Amino acid sequence: MSDMEYPLVYASWETRAYWEGCGRGEIVLQRCRSCQTVQHKPRAICATCLSSEIDHFVASGRATIYTFTVTHQNQALPFRDHCPYVMAYVTLEEGPRLFTNIVGAEPSTVRIGMAVVADFAPQVRTDGEVFAVPRFRPE
Amino acid sequence: MTISGNIAIAGVFEHPTRWAPDKTEFQIMAESARGALADAGLTIKDVDGLFAASMTMGAMGTVELAEYLNLKPNYVDGTNIGGSSFVAHVNHAAAAIHAGLCEVALILYGSTSASTATAIGTGGYGGGGRNPSEAWTGPYGMTTVGSYALVAQLHMNKYGTKPEQLAEIAVTMRAHAALNPNAKMRQLITVDDVMESRVISEPLHLLDCCIISDGGGAVVVTSAARARDLPKKPVLLLGCGEALAHQEIGSPDLFTLAAKQSSTRAFSMAGVSRDDIDFAMIYDSFTITVLATLENLGFCALGEGGAFVSDGRIRLGGALPVNPDGGGLSNNHPGMRGIFLVIEAVKQLRGECGDRQVTGAKLALAHGTGGTIGVAHSGATIILGSE
Ligand SMILES: [Zn+2]
Repeated sequence: MSDMEYPLVYASWETRAYWEGCGRGEIVLQRCRSCQTVQHKPRAICATCLSSEIDHFVASGRATIYTFTVTHQNQALPFRDHCPYVMAYVTLEEGPRLFTNIVGAEPSTVRIGMAVVADFAPQVRTDGEVFAVPRFRPE
Repeated sequence: MTISGNIAIAGVFEHPTRWAPDKTEFQIMAESARGALADAGLTIKDVDGLFAASMTMGAMGTVELAEYLNLKPNYVDGTNIGGSSFVAHVNHAAAAIHAGLCEVALILYGSTSASTATAIGTGGYGGGGRNPSEAWTGPYGMTTVGSYALVAQLHMNKYGTKPEQLAEIAVTMRAHAALNPNAKMRQLITVDDVMESRVISEPLHLLDCCIISDGGGAVVVTSAARARDLPKKPVLLLGCGEALAHQEIGSPDLFTLAAKQSSTRAFSMAGVSRDDIDFAMIYDSFTITVLATLENLGFCALGEGGAFVSDGRIRLGGALPVNPDGGGLSNNHPGMRGIFLVIEAVKQLRGECGDRQVTGAKLALAHGTGGTIGVAHSGATIILGSE
């Protein structure tokens, strides 16, 4: 599904650093300055200690597949025209799990535990934002 | 005085319709209310607590419903946590009645999901929505069935669960539905039929998925003391609990469902054990939902669900019959199914179920799941007993 035009992602001010990072080809995660907990999805506070002191850092982009499904039916566009496609949770080296698509592999060859790396699909937008959708592909 | 044993379900009604292009949601709710109040030996004038949710009711939905029914209740609860909502409404009604905030609670659901062609499982979100869930799953084409498939795939990988074991759940629900004259799908199916039906989201096939129907129902809750003066044998609420499960801070454990937390509280409150339960009503949006919920309810250990559902153990006559009405896989699934778990549990405990009656049913567990177990979901458990 690498040729698919992904739906435009929406960035709130809390999630902007993540989507801007994707636009640069980087997975950006949050770490709490008070308790050092790494969290995803991004938010304005640390959900562990409620501190507002949040740092952002660039993750390696390397992950392993936690679980996946090959989807043969989705009535919503644009996905309807790209079945079958692979949806997965991947576990990043830094700990958090992301929901994503697996690309660059025949769906029948995808396996739990497979090593994957981030692969960014830039978005064509008219609002001046430089965002991309991170998918993962076999290393 | 505790809630346990002092709150009763006095009336229930499952709307017989499975296809209602000529009805509205509120009409189905009102017709169901008429049925449940007649069942309870009460009238609409006795109702002072209103509980409802639906696929389309918005922020003012319960107010609009109250107007439709010309009700001016003393207590209102429009909690909508997905398909489990109506099990949670029983818990909330019990708390309100126990606290003296209302005396007769009416819980309603109605839906025209089938006749309005709602794609419940495979609709997808189609894009990058703004709410905190859709913003992260919508861009990737998440579907409801896909979310459940993620759990099924992981279960098969980690515990060697077989697709044939999941199929056995669908076959069992169909066998039960064949005994239920109101069920939408009554033609028997085999494990091969399930395995040969088309794949929707691997490893789940078409027949691993719930059906789509219209329908609705109503439940009347009151104090056990008041229920004892009514015509039908009271069914007592012995234990209840509810819980939420989600992606936390990027650390979801897809094997731990809300059912684990909610059922732990319900069993503790009821003071009964898993072995005491005569049958279970378990939300069966997909076959994997039943298997994973049985594990989280503690009827078997994590990873043993595949073996547990095999060899007829969850069939009528088995060790733990599940969904004798045929469930959402075969009886009815009008969008949100939780209310039918409560209704069938009550009818079984009263011995009103004819060919599908669980022999000697005295103690039941009902567990509703709302949302999707692969993204975020709610769970609500009740344990009911006959006197
Ligand atoms: Zn912190």
